[in-house]
Amino acid sequence: MPVARHISPNAGDVVLLVGTMKGAFLVRGDKQRRSWEVGGPYFPGSAVYATAYDNRAGRHRIWAGPNSMHYGGMLHSTDDFGQTWTNPEEANVKFPEGTDAALKQIWQIVPGRASEPETLYCGVEPAALFVSRDAGETWSLVEGLWNHPQRPQWQPGGGGLCMHTILLDPERPKQIRIAISTGGMYVTEDGGASWRPSNKGVRAEFLPDKHPEFGQCVHKVAQSRQKPERMFLQNHWGLYRSDDRGESWTDVANGVPSDFGFPMAIHPRDPDSAWIVPLESDMFRCTPEGKLRVYRTRNAGEAWQPLSNGLPQEGAFETVLRDGLTADTLDPAGVYFGTRGGKLFASADEGEQWSMIADGLPPVISVKTAIV
Amino acid sequence: MAVSFVIPGTLRELAGNRSEVRVDGAAGSLSDALSRLWAECPAVRDRVLTERGDVRPHINIFIDGENSRYAGGLAAPVRDGAEIMLIPAVSGGAVRA
Repeated sequence: MPVARHISPNAGDVVLLVGTMKGAFLVRGDKQRRSWEVGGPYFPGSAVYATAYDNRAGRHRIWAGPNSMHYGGMLHSTDDFGQTWTNPEEANVKFPEGTDAALKQIWQIVPGRASEPETLYCGVEPAALFVSRDAGETWSLVEGLWNHPQRPQWQPGGGGLCMHTILLDPERPKQIRIAISTGGMYVTEDGGASWRPSNKGVRAEFLPDKHPEFGQCVHKVAQSRQKPERMFLQNHWGLYRSDDRGESWTDVANGVPSDFGFPMAIHPRDPDSAWIVPLESDMFRCTPEGKLRVYRTRNAGEAWQPLSNGLPQEGAFETVLRDGLTADTLDPAGVYFGTRGGKLFASADEGEQWSMIADGLPPVISVKTAIV
Repeated sequence: MAVSFVIPGTLRELAGNRSEVRVDGAAGSLSDALSRLWAECPAVRDRVLTERGDVRPHINIFIDGENSRYAGGLAAPVRDGAEIMLIPAVSGGAVRA
């Protein structure tokens, strides 16, 4: 097995948590986001779909959910930027007896609100939500969603029946939104006891009824922290905005080469700004015309502008997956994405100029940011 | 009597850095033998079985050289003195020194 190289971040540095098909990497950037160093690989050989940074209660904790083809998956954490990781004796995220289900993949890890520093959420395949109330020591299935009468009708998408998005409403402590491919988006207003679909206006091109109550293949959803009623949604065909917390959705695929794609990242402060990476189609999930372009809106989806400075514009048939694009919280915002071709790109100016900060990585599945 | 388990390299750290674990007790089924292994090496269990109690699809368990999948699964008989090998499926290979 490869020997991991470690990073040693300084206060204020940007650390990218990069999950790949063959392990996790930690990529440290200085405060200017100009120089980068790569640490890892951690969990070599395991697919890492989910990572998260938890800085609540004075922590500098990174979570990862590696999945071994042979030995399954569980959550591990490090408090020293990868030098040592927990290795639980028992699988910490697992379906309870009576569910007749077994964990296939950990897709999402989300620290709870600042007011609940011991709470974390985890979205998995088969589609289910788990919660921990003791800082990740123990986890339990959110039964209200698992027992939803529509769950038997959810169908697996190309990535499996996965819960890939968990959004904690920044103003309403009992509201959580989740998205499932393919089940669509659901919302709870009572902390998880009851859930209802929230897909009005979102198309399902692959069903006879193009606008069902649920069953859409939602790929990623983002919610503004400053203006929580503003949300963006990248669908399996379809690019949407909501101005009412997801109660209704409006098509905003204005000027994009394709409304098919996976990732969606919203600006950390400006609710009108978001980034996407369109792909040609579901039959050819690569960047159109062999040009690697990020598209950005500055006006809530009324128009999208291609951003290509520093990105390959010839023979670049790349794929960016649903968690492969993210933005940091600095000003101007840094934007980062990884490709299935193992390239990692960064922009320190909201996408105006890009540079490749790592190449030759295993296929990149997820990219998250931390300001440490 | 005892049964010997051969532990794959990737799980040895979870088995006290042992490549072989001998468990005492009467022979019976593979499930019985595994239960004794879990008592000795609890951290190995969830890496070999799912929470449903099924052997993970990419783990093979050989009893005296025979793949247990085709010998009754977890109900496969285990004789006293048997050698049980836990082997990651279609895997192997190592960097040559």
